[in-house]
Amino acid sequence: MKRTSPPRRPKNGPRIASPRSKPRRFYGHGIPGVDLEKIAGKLIVVEGADGSGRSTQIARLVEWLEGRGHATVQVGLSRSTLVSEELAQAKNGNILSHTTLSLFYATDFADQLENIILPALKSGFMVLADRYIYTLMVRDLVRGIDESWLKNLYGMALVPDAVFYLNVSPEQLVQRNFSKTHSLDFWESGMDLGLSRDMFDSFLQYQSLVAKQFLRLQSTYGFSIVDAQRSVDQITLELRKKISAVMAGK
Amino acid sequence: MKTFAEMNFPGRLIAVEGLDGSGKSTQIYLLKRWLELQGLKVFFSEWNSSELVKAATSKGKKRELLSPTTFSLIHATDFADRYERQLVPLLRAGYIVLCDRYIFTAFARDTVRGCPPEWVRGIYNFAALPDLTFFFKANLEVSLQRILDGRPQLKYFEAGMDLRLSADPYESFRIFQGRILEQYLGMSTEFKFMVIDANQPVESQQSIVRDLVGAKIELVRFRAHTPLAA
Repeated sequence: MKRTSPPRRPKNGPRIASPRSKPRRFYGHGIPGVDLEKIAGKLIVVEGADGSGRSTQIARLVEWLEGRGHATVQVGLSRSTLVSEELAQAKNGNILSHTTLSLFYATDFADQLENIILPALKSGFMVLADRYIYTLMVRDLVRGIDESWLKNLYGMALVPDAVFYLNVSPEQLVQRNFSKTHSLDFWESGMDLGLSRDMFDSFLQYQSLVAKQFLRLQSTYGFSIVDAQRSVDQITLELRKKISAVMAGK
Repeated sequence: MKTFAEMNFPGRLIAVEGLDGSGKSTQIYLLKRWLELQGLKVFFSEWNSSELVKAATSKGKKRELLSPTTFSLIHATDFADRYERQLVPLLRAGYIVLCDRYIFTAFARDTVRGCPPEWVRGIYNFAALPDLTFFFKANLEVSLQRILDGRPQLKYFEAGMDLRLSADPYESFRIFQGRILEQYLGMSTEFKFMVIDANQPVESQQSIVRDLVGAKIELVRFRAHTPLAA
């Protein structure tokens, strides 16, 4: 009888390193019944306004991570099974008041946190989040919602391994939005705030209010501010370098 | 937290709380009729009834998609919608607002489901306290019997099946309601509940309710028009 040797890893195949684990925590009370010890994957958040290059960078990071042998999952705001449809409906009609809309978004976030983010992390996936609680908090802060109320509410959120804020000046954002769609979004222009009846004006004012709140939250939540006015490649390289450090447990 | 009177609202808010089957909805209905027949400006609002949010809630319930956290948040969303768009404007306009369940329902249920109590209370701290809260305290067995007699098909979340207390819905419902009752009793003093013995006849309870409302609230101030002489 001929003996067959067990299949072996090709000698030249690269060794794929699993990410180093680090102690995890929630911002506040967290989610009841979740064991953080079991979380192996990494949560990487990319924040920034529409047109700051979030989705481009996330797509590139996914490619890079998968190339290095890591499984990835992507999440974003208002994509939950539970309330995303109703949320879209509410936004279209601009019919909900602030606290209500805020809680609706929080419900959407919680649903994705519990049903996608946490299970994926437990299975060792790299989770790339296109926006996280910070966008939600900033939008509400600009609209006058109490900060301590928001901190309590989002105490349910898991502290990510890295948060990158893609910083682009409002003037640059306008140009990027126009080159893409030739129009400005109602909500991204903060039209509900009544800052100006002129959408262009309102967009600039609103985006600088948002940026100001982001920079203010930066000291509390410690995100990396990435200068996103540079070339796409330069930004990708910076993100890769920082994520490599995160993977090494730094 | 302050009541609407303490916040100088011209209107007043009266809430009823109690277990399912405690008879609170009957009592608040009779209170509403009494106030309306005097020609007063009255508005009635029910827990979990905001149109837009209801669609999401019922989907979540039907498909059993809700966790304790999302259960809590979606009910808070519903409450906020009614609070900001109906209750507050009506209270500003000098209405007597009657609520079948208020924030205490969330405090009790969500805590039993395992949400941190401080988190839940923090979420609802945008709401003012009722000027009067009636708690209908029925014998647990009596409440259970009323529900089980009338509607033998218990719903998943209503029976607290999500808590995995028992595989039997009836047994689960019993344990769940018992725990909610404990939570209510624990809040009773802190939030100055007017405790009504719900084991008494409907009429006796309603007399007490009307007496207390008449004593606490200067009803003539809320008159929309003069009623016809009886």
